[in-house]
Amino acid sequence: MSGYTAHFRVWRGDVGGGGLEDFKVEVNDGEVVLDIIHRLQATQAPDLAVRWNCKAGKCGSCSAEINGRPRLMCMTRMSVFERDETITVTPLRAFPVVRDLVTDVGFNYQKAREVPAFVPPEGLGPGEYRMMQEDVDRPQEFRKCIECFLCQDTCHVVRDHEENKPAFAGPRFLMRVAELDMHPLDAAEDTGLDRKRTAQDEHGLGYCNITKCCTEVCPEGIRITDNALIPLKERAVDRKYDPLVWLGSKIRRRSSAD
Amino acid sequence: MSVVERQEWDVVVVGAGGAGLRAAIEARERGARTAVICKSLFGKAHTVMAEGGIAAAMANVNSGDNWQVHFRDTMRGGKFLNQWRMAELHAREAPDRVWELETWGALFDRTKDGRISQRNFGGHEYPRLAHVGDRTGLELIRTLQQKIVALQQEDHKETGEYESRLKVFQECTVTRVLKDGGRVSGVFAYERESGRFFVLEAPAVVIATGGIGKSFKVTSNSWEYTGDGHALALLAGAPLLNMEFVQFHPTGMVWPPSVKGILVTESVRGDGGVLRNSEGKRFMFDYIPDVFKEKYAQSEEEGDRWYEDPDHNRRPPELLPRDEVARAINAEVKAGRGSPHGGVFLDVSTRMPAEVIRRRLPSMYHQFKELADVDITAEAMEVGPTCHYVMGGIAVESDTAAARGVPGLFAAGEVAGGMHGSNRLGGNSLSDLLVFGRRAGLHAAEYATGLAGARPPVDDEQVDAAAAEALRPFSAEGEGRPEGQPPENPYTLHQELQQAMNDLVGIIRREGEMEQALEKLADLRVRARRAGVEGHRQFNPGWHLSLDLRNMLLVSECVARAALERTESRGGHTREDHPAMDRDWRRLNLLCRLTDPTGGLAATDPVAGQISLTRETTDPIRPDLLALFDKEELVKYLAEEELYE
Repeated sequence: MSGYTAHFRVWRGDVGGGGLEDFKVEVNDGEVVLDIIHRLQATQAPDLAVRWNCKAGKCGSCSAEINGRPRLMCMTRMSVFERDETITVTPLRAFPVVRDLVTDVGFNYQKAREVPAFVPPEGLGPGEYRMMQEDVDRPQEFRKCIECFLCQDTCHVVRDHEENKPAFAGPRFLMRVAELDMHPLDAAEDTGLDRKRTAQDEHGLGYCNITKCCTEVCPEGIRITDNALIPLKERAVDRKYDPLVWLGSKIRRRSSAD
Repeated sequence: MSVVERQEWDVVVVGAGGAGLRAAIEARERGARTAVICKSLFGKAHTVMAEGGIAAAMANVNSGDNWQVHFRDTMRGGKFLNQWRMAELHAREAPDRVWELETWGALFDRTKDGRISQRNFGGHEYPRLAHVGDRTGLELIRTLQQKIVALQQEDHKETGEYESRLKVFQECTVTRVLKDGGRVSGVFAYERESGRFFVLEAPAVVIATGGIGKSFKVTSNSWEYTGDGHALALLAGAPLLNMEFVQFHPTGMVWPPSVKGILVTESVRGDGGVLRNSEGKRFMFDYIPDVFKEKYAQSEEEGDRWYEDPDHNRRPPELLPRDEVARAINAEVKAGRGSPHGGVFLDVSTRMPAEVIRRRLPSMYHQFKELADVDITAEAMEVGPTCHYVMGGIAVESDTAAARGVPGLFAAGEVAGGMHGSNRLGGNSLSDLLVFGRRAGLHAAEYATGLAGARPPVDDEQVDAAAAEALRPFSAEGEGRPEGQPPENPYTLHQELQQAMNDLVGIIRREGEMEQALEKLADLRVRARRAGVEGHRQFNPGWHLSLDLRNMLLVSECVARAALERTESRGGHTREDHPAMDRDWRRLNLLCRLTDPTGGLAATDPVAGQISLTRETTDPIRPDLLALFDKEELVKYLAEEELYE
């Protein structure tokens, strides 16, 4: 397969406004969208702003919307498009534009701070932690998250509803709550912190109506809805409405596997 | 000159990878108000790309392991050029640094009895790498990031502010370390988003900026790896150590061209993957060097048995240190036995069931599937060497991580030199970040506390000069340029630099080519002064690259000059014209310093250049550490007189 010329439309502008700009640009064998953006920088638009780092799908920096779909530019191969197709690249819609393809993702860092950290268990020193692989499998899935924030971008709760942002942590950080909740040695409960309840009461879990958009865009293939959000919802419901479950949990500590 | 915003901090950490974050945590916990400055978003640093694991002699999988064995492996891997005290501290402290991560929430893969699992890796005698699948770096960076957030949550509770004692300035770049006489007084930086300049006044600065790989064309490194910290230290008057030692990781992707260089983790071999040439031969058996003859299997059968019974068999030569494997692959390709795209074959598909591959190497499976249309559970990968790591770096005091000659300057992680000698073992990088990141943070905080009440003042002239230097690319139109000639395109200059370093100071080096490289660098240096940019200061990548070019050119000259000087082959430095390791060179370190410390950066003379080299004889290895090796082994590395001392 040899090189060809593709038609790109890239959003350029800043907080004051902007629009789509047309480019004709060379494409070679095996390239990804980020390669093409870099070629535009090197040859046609040296000040085109774009965030990127590893170019290997590991850091989650180069998130953008390609033909309207939230994706990592470094993991989107040009071969998935027809050669005569116009490829439109725009910044993440849920976050304020800084410049061109770069958005202000500060929302996510703010939400990260609102989730209480891991609470180490009393009486266990460094080197004394013992956990079984089957017990860490579930939280480990969530720790694959590269914080590309595509799930946060696509989630309809905030995508076009700025007003929901203060009350809603978004799939990434609800998943963080689930991760800590499933950590076999997290001792939050001993300090009076009920992570399941905070998911509902403080992080806006109730806004989620499990449309699975977040799971669909996750470049790591994490089953955010099925494995993090739904279990969190089920347990939040248990706790809130089922007095027997509530009582049981007070009498004996639940094992990490349930 | 316009007024530049200033803030006061006790410790400023430049870089937010593993070393920088660990340093920041330590400094903050020791009571120093600490600022972290990083080029990317918080949590995106290059550390996330580390795959295989963290080397630490916890002895969870093989009880024979201990710090002494780890120390020995590290020294052997570095061909005894390592700063032995750093290698000792590293081996002793790495287990504590890993266990501590668990108390901050890290979730490593487990052994059957619930401890941290450890895997085999090149050059390590026992399974030693704590890991999480093949995404260990992500776990490390996320754990440190979340620990920082935890500390900020504590501060919020106490002071009402998250950032009162520990603040991350993300997407900001430091262009100069400021000084008061000989000692550090702060840093000058710009914010990418706004292009705004600012000064952080601080008596202690920890440099933790990582490596230099972006000066090479084929590299596993991300855009941030432009040698910023190396250059900042040089410009501040600190020497760099042994910059000729650059590690080419043996297994990078070779196809398609746009992903050439992306890393294929060593875990593939640690877990059983084998290297074959186009004739289907496991060629590594032909490349076991004499110094390692007794430690590696001589037949495929023995090598295969080792995975099940490591106590009675020797390890396969695919697990030799990286420099050995990279050279072997290079030689096979050169001899015409390469794969279709100029690499060799790395195969796990015939060695492990598909489901095991997907579980143990999920990122690799994903990476090849998505980027190369290769299913690694069904076919072999094509791999070849890629510029991965620089062993050389800022010369530091082993115990304190203090940069030599500049009070208040500290360095940790890849940017610091010495720990890994001439070649780094896989897995020793993440442990290095933690061990020396912590030490740098600790000593920087102590130093800053000691100066409380007598903070070094920041000199306005230096701030103005730094601002003028940073703005230069916007006015490149005028100065020193013949009428009508357009400014140089920074992207073009960068590509030419990468090509030159790749071709002329790459994995196999020759005297004539390195001289040619120095001439090319002199030419690029002149042209880089004319690098010009369009647009304005707000998030302008062309401008940022123009500023990074200064650093890449400085560091590249260090590499080329030191490589030309060292007339032997050792670890990551291979001279075709001096193919043997020379015991007399073992004791010699090469130090690079700025020729004109007043900052005259335009030196165009390829002979003199900007960098001066000096040779320095190292301290003898402490006797109790030497006693950990057999005499027969030491004879291979040490000069006669060292043996009888």
